[in-house]
Amino acid sequence: MKHLLSIADLSRDEIGEIMDTAISMHDVQRRQVKKLPTLRGRTIINFFFEDSTRTRSSFEIAGKWMSADTINLTGKGTSVSKGESLRDTVKTVDAMGVDMMIVRHMASGAPAQIAQWTNCSIVNAGDGMHEHPSQALLDAYTLRSKLGDLDGKHIAIVGDLTHSRVLRSNLLCLRALGANVTLVAPPTLMPSGIGSWAATDSFEVSYDLDAVLPHVDAVMMLRVQRERMSGGYFPTAREYAVRYGLTARRLALMPRHAVITHPGPMNRGLEISADAADDAQSLVLDQVSAGVAVRMSILFHLLSGEGSSA
Amino acid sequence: MSQPINNSAQTTLIRGARMAGGETSDILSANGVIVAVGADAAAQTGEQAEVVEADGLIALPGFVDLHTHLREPGREDAETIATGSAAAAAGGFTAVLAMANTSPVTDTAEAAERIAELGQRAGLVEVIPVGAVTAGLAGEQLAELGLMASSRARVRVFSDDGKCVHDSRVMRRALEYVKAFDGVISQHAQDPNLASKSSCCHEGELSGRLGLPGWPSIAEESIVARDVMLARHTGSRVHIAHVSTAGSVEVLRWAKAQGINVTAEVTPHHLMLTTDLLAAYDPVFKVNPPLRPAEDVEALRTALADGTIDAVATDHAPHVRHDKEHAFIDAAFGMLGLETALPVVCTAMVESGMMGWERVAKVMSIAPARIARLATQGRPLVPGAPANLTLVDPHRERVIDRSSSLSLSRNNPWHDRSLTGTVELTMLQGRITARQGNVLGSAYE
Repeated sequence: MKHLLSIADLSRDEIGEIMDTAISMHDVQRRQVKKLPTLRGRTIINFFFEDSTRTRSSFEIAGKWMSADTINLTGKGTSVSKGESLRDTVKTVDAMGVDMMIVRHMASGAPAQIAQWTNCSIVNAGDGMHEHPSQALLDAYTLRSKLGDLDGKHIAIVGDLTHSRVLRSNLLCLRALGANVTLVAPPTLMPSGIGSWAATDSFEVSYDLDAVLPHVDAVMMLRVQRERMSGGYFPTAREYAVRYGLTARRLALMPRHAVITHPGPMNRGLEISADAADDAQSLVLDQVSAGVAVRMSILFHLLSGEGSSA
Repeated sequence: MSQPINNSAQTTLIRGARMAGGETSDILSANGVIVAVGADAAAQTGEQAEVVEADGLIALPGFVDLHTHLREPGREDAETIATGSAAAAAGGFTAVLAMANTSPVTDTAEAAERIAELGQRAGLVEVIPVGAVTAGLAGEQLAELGLMASSRARVRVFSDDGKCVHDSRVMRRALEYVKAFDGVISQHAQDPNLASKSSCCHEGELSGRLGLPGWPSIAEESIVARDVMLARHTGSRVHIAHVSTAGSVEVLRWAKAQGINVTAEVTPHHLMLTTDLLAAYDPVFKVNPPLRPAEDVEALRTALADGTIDAVATDHAPHVRHDKEHAFIDAAFGMLGLETALPVVCTAMVESGMMGWERVAKVMSIAPARIARLATQGRPLVPGAPANLTLVDPHRERVIDRSSSLSLSRNNPWHDRSLTGTVELTMLQGRITARQGNVLGSAYE
């Protein structure tokens, strides 16, 4: 495994291995001295073409705890506006002899394109509306640690699905692990071609959150950006919250064992109420904590696995 | 502007070519005109004549491209009128219509005349400028359509291609206005409210999976439907550029059955390439309108064969390498097409048994020449017609190599594909302009 571009590139076993390694990384994280020597002398560039706080810092901490040299680069604005092609931009950095680029880009597919143009390992840290594989792996890790094996578990994913890279990676990851998935959103926020997609990949689609909640083991709430209203995706924040928000009333519809996740940042009062966000069944902070461990595991598998070279 | 080009005084005998109708014949051209066809051709040939052996080759009227981007003026790093003319000649074309979205835009008589003049200087194909419908392609105020029509460039085709004339009032007025000089509006059908500038992938399951902004079929079909009704209302001629969906085909079929004065073109790439090629985010496959699913390709092929679509037009869109080496949504739209048009049409339509060579002559030459009102192009190969013709080897297979193109650009989606059918020779006004992909003639340096 040289790159992590899409969850689709991982087998069920590989997903399991990344989660298993993350367990020991999580133990390291709980120690007072957290440094492992594993990636000493390796250079990792966090190349963020789009703003990010939590993903960037999570990858940065993961790299540092594994003794890699981590450097942050930002590439604000598109390369088009700077007059330099994306290929030139990344080849320049690659030519410095780095081992890995962790790429966040506002354009879907950019990490896959960059992998064609460079020699180093590429980790997709979120590309446009396409994928966010490390988020899906940490979500699966978090869910597994609470629910056990995800095979046969029922997980609802709710929110602005059409614009969400978290949705796409989670859908692939959860299906690969054998979970049953139901997507819930108003029709305007469903990805295009969802009907045939659901048939091909065997998942369910619903417009009715109340009908789905009584049967879930977990509900994954995704962020809804208020600016989507101007695109006509839904009428008002109020209507969205009433029809699709995880409110106190809806919490009561869920089985008692069922858990709540949210990749953040949360829009409290829109897709998730304070009651739900701070509920005992909410795993939001567990997700953040798992994020570092899972990313350490990803770095370990990509940089110290067989086939990689210094 | 179709004065004879230098050294057209030569005499050429094409021996043993198969005509589009199937019969084998000799063709003699002299002074830029076909002077004899059939048994008397050889008899009339003098000793000075150059003889072209055309055994096994098919003789077709020279191809006419209704839709070419030559990039000059403005982006001479991607293509010039001279290099685009060379690629056109190599591809079997004897006339190309140069789209107006250059910099500056072709929206005045002077700009149009300049393009025609540069085309004549290159001397490899007739270059006929397309005029912008609206000033600066802004979609608001009509460009000086009449002055372009009465200029030496004799503009008859008007298009804001690259952008849709989406304002219904502007489109209505443009259609009405060009009636005065038998003009036609070539519409780039894309409702900007349904498919924005960032829309770059056919809207469907694949765009959903890839997370690319969708370009739904309805954004094209709703404009096609509106425009055929506007054409009916105004009694004007409308032409639909690069039709890409089965739904547009249905509308066109209905409109033609009503007797509405509508014509349409399809690109070679929409006849063969499908949307799944976008799965690896390679911007060479980024084009507007986007590549569609196989069902649309099938509908377009049927429509081209049955006459619902009148013409093949390349939408040849050269881009420099670095304009294609961005993230997919940031990369430029468009692909090369002039040199591969015939091989694609041969492979997709003739090899598949959907079309014969008579129909190829129709869709690549006769119909586009008629739509653009070109008097000297698209004429059947009979005595008295201008000697504009193309010899095609219908069976030769060739693996396309982007590095061998005469275009300045390399955004060739056919690279490494094997296609059947090659252009062996192109003749413009009696002068051989290209042979087996190489351009002859001093105008090209």
